[in-house]
Formats: sequence, structure tokens, C-alpha cells
Amino acid sequence: MSVRTLEVDGRTITAMADQTIFSAAWDNGIRIPRLCHLGGLPDAAACRLCLVEIEGQKRLQSACTTKVAEDMVVRTDTPALQAHRKLIIELLFAERNHVCSVCVVNGACELQTLAAELGVDHIRMKPQYPKLPVDVSHHRFGIDHNRCILCTRCVRVCDSVEGAHTWDVAGRGRNSLIISDLGEPWGESASCTSCGKCVQVCPTGALFSKGKTVAEMRKDRSFLQYIVTAREKRLWIAERKPR
Amino acid sequence: MTADGLRQSREAELDRQSRLKNRIACCSVAGCLAGGGDAVRAALAEEVKAQGASAEIEVCGTGCMGLCSRGPLVRSSAGEITYAEVKPGDAAAVVRSDLDSLNGRILRQSDPFFAGQRRLILANSGKVDPEKIAGYIAQGGYQSLLRATSEMTPEEIVAEVKKSKLRGRGGAGYPAGLKWELVARHPSATKYVICNADEGDPGAFMNRSVLEGDPHRVLEGMAIAGRAVGAQQGYIYARGESPLAIERIRTAIDQAQREGLLGGRVFDSDFHFRIDLRIGAGAYVCGEETALIASIEGKRGQPVLRPPYPPESGLWGHPTLINNVETFANIPQIIENGGDWFAGIGAPASPGTKIFAVAGRIRNSGLVEVPIGTSLRTILFEIGGGVPEGYEFKAAQTGGPAGGCIPAQYLDVPMDYDSLTGIGTMMGSGGLIVMDTSSCMVDVARFFMEFCMDESCGKCIPCRAGTVQMNEILGRMTSGEGKEADFAMLEALSGLLVEASLCGLGRAAPNPVLSTLRHFRSEYDAHVRERRCPAGSCRMGASA
Ligand SMILES: Cc1cc2nc3c(=O)[nH]c(=O)nc-3n(C[C@H](O)[C@H](O)[C@H](O)COP(=O)(O)O)c2cc1C
Ligand code: SF4
Ligand code: SF4
Ligand code: FES
Repeated sequence: MSVRTLEVDGRTITAMADQTIFSAAWDNGIRIPRLCHLGGLPDAAACRLCLVEIEGQKRLQSACTTKVAEDMVVRTDTPALQAHRKLIIELLFAERNHVCSVCVVNGACELQTLAAELGVDHIRMKPQYPKLPVDVSHHRFGIDHNRCILCTRCVRVCDSVEGAHTWDVAGRGRNSLIISDLGEPWGESASCTSCGKCVQVCPTGALFSKGKTVAEMRKDRSFLQYIVTAREKRLWIAERKPR
Repeated sequence: MTADGLRQSREAELDRQSRLKNRIACCSVAGCLAGGGDAVRAALAEEVKAQGASAEIEVCGTGCMGLCSRGPLVRSSAGEITYAEVKPGDAAAVVRSDLDSLNGRILRQSDPFFAGQRRLILANSGKVDPEKIAGYIAQGGYQSLLRATSEMTPEEIVAEVKKSKLRGRGGAGYPAGLKWELVARHPSATKYVICNADEGDPGAFMNRSVLEGDPHRVLEGMAIAGRAVGAQQGYIYARGESPLAIERIRTAIDQAQREGLLGGRVFDSDFHFRIDLRIGAGAYVCGEETALIASIEGKRGQPVLRPPYPPESGLWGHPTLINNVETFANIPQIIENGGDWFAGIGAPASPGTKIFAVAGRIRNSGLVEVPIGTSLRTILFEIGGGVPEGYEFKAAQTGGPAGGCIPAQYLDVPMDYDSLTGIGTMMGSGGLIVMDTSSCMVDVARFFMEFCMDESCGKCIPCRAGTVQMNEILGRMTSGEGKEADFAMLEALSGLLVEASLCGLGRAAPNPVLSTLRHFRSEYDAHVRERRCPAGSCRMGASA
């Protein structure tokens, strides 16, 4: 596998030719904000938080989907990018009802953590306060649409890793809603295998295990460890070692 | 069908027509039909029968003749006269060509509305019945496909399209020849051709009228494209909201298949090409090419990140050529007359003609086809007849929800892709809405923002949630509750949507806001700082 050398935030790094900017940066300790990307899942390029500037390209590119290239010069943290990211986080907080103080993942939420890192301490726009349902019909898990940021990680893990495709998106625009099967209550879903992968990948408190109260829910990513690392590190390909 | 068969069919129909004393062609596309065109056509047919003239006078349907605001329109081949606002009671007068009793409703080809236009794509309107393939063949139809399959190599076809410098008519204006070449050069054995007929801009009906009025022209263009790029299957993606267009496409495909102009061994060559129809449920975003492809594949109609672009990986992962209805409709004449001929029409950097759907505060509203580069003033004030008495022109909106407003000081702008981008709007697909001084420009911006908010697919955050907040701000401004800080937020959100959205819908959604801010900033200031609407027409104006 051939190697590429590129510059990210002033540092020269090397990466495999088929790596994305996001994963090359990650391997070198450079953390690019993200919400929809999760290693091991097909990418949606939907949250737009990972946008980076690439020298010589007019458009911003999503780091999670753009492959590295020789001599590429990438900037991941310019003031313009920071402003965009803050605005995206504010938009998310204004869109639904994110009341951290009474949320099961308070203290371990990816949205909350990002907001803190980016310095979003208030929102400058009108909260929409939509009236959204909570579905606790499943015997082990629940989904609270008030906390959902529509990242579709649950949809993708269920479809491409578990192979059940229980989840999908109904409606469009601000009326988009994650549904199970054809809109039945989760507990009545015929396709759900109750594996819980969706709960573990969900970045917020939208998908949770029953029996957890405020700030008790912790997402267990090691649950997916093998699948994630196997795919990223290509563990199923026997590397021939030189004798 | 063979080359001889095509010639015979053409001669037979021309011969039949030449033996008629008169052909009375009634507009049979949606606009005139909604105005009672069906009853007019029936009354005319009845009258011809009553006079015992069925052998020498034919009553038929035809495509859009343009002056939709004065429909139903009927065209009489004897004397080349078009009658406006025809009612069933006028049948006897029309059949007898009794000009006196139709006084005031007679339009001649020398009238500025017609004389100012150059009708190439709409050339068959007024002549050809969209439901009869013979009429299209009589006007030289399918000759270009014959040439493309029997005399030209695929490379030569692509070269001709490149030479024509035809630019895509779906909005972005990408050079068609380059796109064709990308698909043609791809080594894949399976390729597709898609005709984008999802026209969804509010008020636009150019594509629909072409399909309703001259569907074979589009089929012929697609088949030539199929031959050029090496595809054997084409799809037309039309919206469910245009049932008449769908019916006409179906009829046309059936006819062309029966005549052997589509399907296996076209003109006895080794070229096979099928066209199937796919019907969308009417989401604006499904006009975006990747969303359209997802929709044909049976998936949720939402965009996916490009690259890869469809010419590399499109429908079911195969190289796909996707062009607009009007782009394909231009192809037969390019093959017939050559790319150099086409390149000499219109503006040098964007040759050819363009159909505009002119609507709003204007005397003659309807479909207008002019060489690209014709000035806005010519379109509105010569062909369009200007704004009606008692009103004053304020702005013209082009490009639909992705476009912007052109104020009076730019009336002389040539209507071509680059000039329009230069003044902060875009050509788009050809919608042209005329506004007078009673239109509130902040409210116009709010209208389009609300449209984008409702049509956002919801996949990416900037567009899904950003349009909601921009709509919120514009709503505040037009109800007298705007704040000074709203200006900065509008700008920040515009920047985010333009730079960060996943697809063209979100990236272009701020355009109406940015263009009105650029040309009508004082109106925004009046709303926010003085709490008044200078035009007196938005929610605030109405309540004050
Ligand atoms: C939101 C959105 C809506 C679109 N709608 C249409 C449409 O209705 N018809 C169309 O031809 N192109 C539409 N386009 C452009 C298509 O993506 C594509 O560029 C076009 O069909 C290519 O054809 P052309 O090269 O002949 O213009 C749309 C693009 C976007 C971003
Ligand atoms: S439920 Fe969770 S994982 Fe699924 S879309 Fe919503 S936030 Fe993302
Ligand atoms: S820009 Fe809008 S329409 Fe396009 S992908 Fe994003 S949410 Fe969907
Ligand atoms: S992480 Fe790349 S777009 Fe969401």
C-alpha cells in the first residue's frame, strides 16, 4: 500500500493512500470535530462539522470523506471554520429540546462535549421547541426524539453492521424523524434484533438503555471495537510478514 | 423503421397536409387547457363536421404558442393567424376565418411578441400535434437520429455537441459536450442516460411545456445521446404533478417503439435504446442529480456527496449522463445543422436559445424563446409588452429559489449565464418573475427562504436547521420585530449555508436574501430601523 505525505495544520504527516483526511489527522493526534462520522460505518457527510480548508480548492471539503493526496495542504482549525462549527452547534441546540441537566448522558454526550470545546456557551437564535415523542415501547431501550440530531449513525450501524435496517428517516427537512420499520413503535418492530448497536453509537441521549437516570448512561464503543478496528485496520487481510 | 420508411412516412404526412385547406391547431398544453381549451377544440371539431368540411379542414392539438395569458390560443395555418381568448362560441368564426368578428383577438407573426422571439426548440408549436408521431416526422423529426446511427460515429456526435458549445439548461450551465465526453470515454459496458424533467421552481413550466408540446424532440435527443455515450437505457424522471406531460411522454414512447425508433436495432443499426419513465413524488430536491438517481434506485430522494459525479458513478454505480429536458431538446437541431451553426446563435460563451417562463406583473405572460444574451429589457418591454398601465417596474426575479432579483438599473443586462452571475443572480432553469413597486423585497426573500426550508431534505445540518433560522429572521423583519443583530446573523447563516451545505439546494438557498440585501438594502433598513415597509405589502405593511 502506497504512502502519502501531506501537511495538516502546519505539521507534515504521512498516511496510507486510501485514508481520509479525518483518519490521517486522527492517527497523528489531530482531532477534527465530527458528529456523523464514526469509524467503521459508511459515511453520510451530513453534519458538516469536519469541513476543512484544502489549499488550492475553492470549496471546503468534509475531512471524513476526502482522501489524502500527496503534498496536500490542509487546515482544520481556521477562525472561519471555527465560526461555522459554532454556528452548526448552535443550530442543533436551537432545533430540538436539548436540556442537558435532565439528560441520561449528561457529562458524556458528544454534542455537549463539542459545544464546550468550541466555546458555545449560549445560543444566538430562536429555540424551536418542537413537540416530539419519546418511544419506550422496546423492552430494553428507548428513543427520545427531543435529543436526536439526525446524524443517522443508528440508521447506518443497523443497516450495514447488524444488517437489520430497522431504522430509517421519515419526512424531510425540519420534520425529519428517525423511525423503526414503517413507523411502528420500536417494541413492535419485526426487524429489530435488540442488539443495541444503535444505542451505543448514538452521540447523544436520544437512544438510551432503560433503567438509567440522569447522567447515568454511558455509551460503550468497545461494543463495536472489533468491527470498527477490523474494518479500519483491515484485520481480515493477512499481511505477509517478511521472514 | 428504415431510412426509406422514415422518408415515406414524412412524404405521406406532408402530402396529406398539403391537400388540406386549413389546419386549425389548438393549444393543448396545461395552461390553455385549464382555460377551457378542451371545449374550444371540441366546438371547432363539431363546427368543421357541421359544415361538412372534415376532408379539407383539420382540427388538431399543438404545443405552447407562448402567449399563455391570452389563452386559449388557436392557430390557423391559412394566413398564419393566431387567435387569442377563443371561446367555444367563436368556433364558426374561426373555421370561416371571419376576422371581423374576432377583431382585437388576432395575433400575427409580425406582432412584437412573436417577432422578437427566435423559436427553435419551440419551432413545432402551432404546427405539430404532440400526440401524433407523423406530425413530428413531417417536420424532419428523427432525421437526426437516422444520421447519428447511420452516418456518424459516437465520437463524431460528441465532437459536434462539443463544437456547439451547448450548455446544460438545468441551471448550472455545465458544457454538455464535456459531460457527454466523460461518459462516452468511460470503459464501462453499462451506462445510462437520464432526462431530468423534475422542474420544480415555483412558476416555471418550460420543461413541462416542451414535453407536453413536442415530446418526440426530447426522445430523439436522448436517443442520440445514448448512441454518443454508449448507453442502451434511458430514463425520463418526471414529476407526478404534471399528469399531462406524463401521458404525452408515455404516448410518445409507445409510438416511437412501435415505429422502431426506440428499442432494439434502431434504424436497423446495431444500436439499441430503450426509454422508460420514472415518476417522482414532487420534491424539489429530487431535481438535484444525485437525489434524482437515488429516487430512481428506489431509495429516499436525498443527495449524496459528489465526487464521484454521475458521469463516473451514477445510476446503480454505472456511468450516467444526466441532462435537462431543454438540453436534450436542443440536440436534434445540432446534429441536423451542425455544431458551428448552433455556436453562431446567441452569446458566444453560451450559444443557442433559451426558453423563459415570464410571469408576474407583465402584460404578455407565458413562454418566450430568445437567443441567449438578449437583454432583459427586450424580453420584458418589447416581447413582454411591459408592465400594465398604472404600475411601475421594480425588479425581475430569475433562477427561482436559487436565484436573485434584478433591479431596474440592470434592465440592459444580457440574459446569459455569466452576466447574470455577475450581478448576483443566475440563469437557473428559465423562470422570470416580474415585480412592480408594490412588492416588498424582504417578503420576496422570505417567500423563497420558506420554500427552501420546506423543500430541504434534512440530511445536512446547515440547510435543514439554517433555513429554519433564516426564515425565522425574515419572518421577524416582515412583521416589524426585526432586530439590528439580525443582520449579522443573516450574514453568518448565509455564509454557512453557501460554504458548508452538502448539495446545491442549501448552497443556493441564501441567494435571494443576498441579492435583495445587495440591491435593496434600504428596504431592509426601513423594516428593521423604522418599522415600516416602503412597499406596504408584507405582513407589516398590511397590518399598518
Ligand atoms: C436543489 C436542486 C434542484 C434541481 N432541480 C433541477 C430540475 O428540476 N431540473 C434540472 O434539469 N436540473 C435540476 N437541478 C440541476 C441538476 O442537479 C443537474 O445539474 C442537471 O439536471 C444537469 O443537466 P444539464 O447539464 O442539462 O443542466 C437541480 C439542482 C439542485 C441543486
Ligand atoms: S437517534 Fe442518535 S444515532 Fe440516531 S440519528 Fe438521532 S442522534 Fe443520531
Ligand atoms: S443542502 Fe439541504 S437539500 Fe441538500 S443535502 Fe443538505 S439538507 Fe439536503
Ligand atoms: S463528520 Fe464529516 S460530515 Fe459529519
